[in-house]
Amino acid sequence: MTDVGTRPQTLDKRGLSNDQLLAMFRNMLLQRQLDNRGFQLNRQGKVPFALGSEGHEAIQAGAAMAFRRGEDILAPYYRDLGLAVGIGLTPFEILLSLFARAEDHNGGRQFPNHYSSKAAGLMSFSSILAAHIPHAVGAAYAFKYRGETGRAVLATCGDGTTSEGEWHESMNFAAIHNLPFVMLVENNGWAISTPLSKQMAEPEIWKRAAGYGMPGRRFNGLDPIETYAVVNEAMERARSGGGPSLIEGTCYRFLAHSTDDNDMTYRTREMVEEYRKHDPVPAFEALLIDNGIATKERLDAMRKDVLRETNEATDAAEALPYPQPSDLYTHVYEGAWQPWQ
Amino acid sequence: MAVTETSATTVMNNVEAVRATLYEAMKNDDRTVILGEDVGPRGNVFLITKDFIEEFGETRVIDTPIAEASIVGIAVGMAMEGLRPIAEIQFADFIYPAFNQIVGEAAKIRYRSNGEYTCPLVIRTPYGGGVRGALSHSVSIEALFYHVPGLKILAPSFPADMKGLLNAAIDDPDPVLFLEHKKTYRLIKGEVPNGHYTIPIGKANVLQEGTQLSVVSYGLYVHWALEAAKQLANEGMSVEVIDLRSIRPMDKETILKSVEKTRKLLIVHEDNKFGGIGAEISAMVAEEALFHLDAPIRRHCAPDVPAMGYALPLEEEYMSSPERIAQAMRELVAF
Repeated sequence: MTDVGTRPQTLDKRGLSNDQLLAMFRNMLLQRQLDNRGFQLNRQGKVPFALGSEGHEAIQAGAAMAFRRGEDILAPYYRDLGLAVGIGLTPFEILLSLFARAEDHNGGRQFPNHYSSKAAGLMSFSSILAAHIPHAVGAAYAFKYRGETGRAVLATCGDGTTSEGEWHESMNFAAIHNLPFVMLVENNGWAISTPLSKQMAEPEIWKRAAGYGMPGRRFNGLDPIETYAVVNEAMERARSGGGPSLIEGTCYRFLAHSTDDNDMTYRTREMVEEYRKHDPVPAFEALLIDNGIATKERLDAMRKDVLRETNEATDAAEALPYPQPSDLYTHVYEGAWQPWQ
Repeated sequence: MAVTETSATTVMNNVEAVRATLYEAMKNDDRTVILGEDVGPRGNVFLITKDFIEEFGETRVIDTPIAEASIVGIAVGMAMEGLRPIAEIQFADFIYPAFNQIVGEAAKIRYRSNGEYTCPLVIRTPYGGGVRGALSHSVSIEALFYHVPGLKILAPSFPADMKGLLNAAIDDPDPVLFLEHKKTYRLIKGEVPNGHYTIPIGKANVLQEGTQLSVVSYGLYVHWALEAAKQLANEGMSVEVIDLRSIRPMDKETILKSVEKTRKLLIVHEDNKFGGIGAEISAMVAEEALFHLDAPIRRHCAPDVPAMGYALPLEEEYMSSPERIAQAMRELVAF
């Protein structure tokens, strides 16, 4: 099992305001709630499929805080619900994706968690792992080519994706051209059922940075503040012409890979219970309360508000229609398309 | 042909036509970048981008690492973010590592994002045999990609079509795979209109009208089919020759109109028969025009073996020839 570090014990705000700390915590609550909602709706038979991101709340809330909406671009993967809401997608948009409604950005075409939003700067991506990394690098090339300093591309992936050839090819190209690109690896130690030890001999992914000729760093992805500090430093370096970085945050995956996976076939209940002792959500909550950033009452109210917002989004999205059968035929090419028949 | 400011023509071969078209695209739109292996100081292995790097600089003429999946993948990202990349795969045989980026990504970006993201990308690549290219410098790849909605696939044969269709591909808002038969690069010369023009994607060209047989082909074999048709004309037979030019979308109307007139169809291509372009054309004609036919549809294609060998007899056995095509034509006319 990967060494994930420990949860934060003392508060070092790393330049963040109390409001920003609370915004990160709210993002973590929202991610957890929306994440669970997907699994609940699946068990209720209302949605065919959901993907979980429990355990990734801190790394995603911290990374989202380092993202500049309107300037930066995010090229995420399918376990990035917290990043998606962290950069501005609404719970309603998340539920539209879960329910595959016509009003969804993707028109109900893609799996849940495969978000796309040009307005938020979130690049469309598929389920094919690492296929999005060259896209992120191409977008970073466009920024540099047009002289758009102050903008950077943040790409994310899990540990398993770093085995793909396109991951390597992209890192190499980004380094050659000194692109405004940050590769954030969310290392939770599992690629569906395959443990890190079967994925790579050297378990510390960040060490590959030296081979590409770029800065690399490993950090505790259970700590949203440390995550923010590391991602922000890398993004600032990218935005100011300092080139790409490879950063690796360690965390856990509490849930099975998806609603279609049974993780008890490859790991034990005790193992998952041990992981849950490092749950970043109560840890960050305790830190905020212990340091007088917020009272327990205020955070409880926040939790209720997140539940209310999730419930409202669920009802609103569920009430909307599916795409029409005729929508199958649109957006194949620009303009009307007469299918070959 | 939509000619805008043509006052004259220039004689060019296919290399010169592609090069001139790329040059104009680079001149006219600074969103255009070219990326691929050895496109910089070497000017591409066929000298198609010769001297480009001196004029347009290394940020627009990008010598990439040897990594085909990311040549296409990075071009996809550039296209999604507002550039107009022209990616080059040095030889079509090397495109396999990029298969997912073309089929799984480029072809589906508009569709999967419900039109929110688009991928205006051109992927150029030299293909085809008859040049002692052996197993990995002579393949035809079109059948591996033409199954895929969301892609457009062009395979022009003449310099004027190279220019007009490459311009159309560059202007196109969707991903286009642009196939250039490498044996025609310097072999085939022709008049090319000056100035900017485009040829609509999806339109076949009836090169020679005839009454007894329709022959549909593309690439190098179009030229050989024309030669064969001349031989048959000398023997008193009348053959119609159609240059497909666009493999996807395909010009159903032109093919059907011709078959309904001649009542016989021969499809000629360099790629092997099983599951090839000819299979789709014959199925389409069988579905739409069966009762116009006076003979079974015939496909004259490469044998069903993995590739042409390097040794001359192996290459010659794999490739057709004007004589062999003429013989296939005679047999069908006589049926």
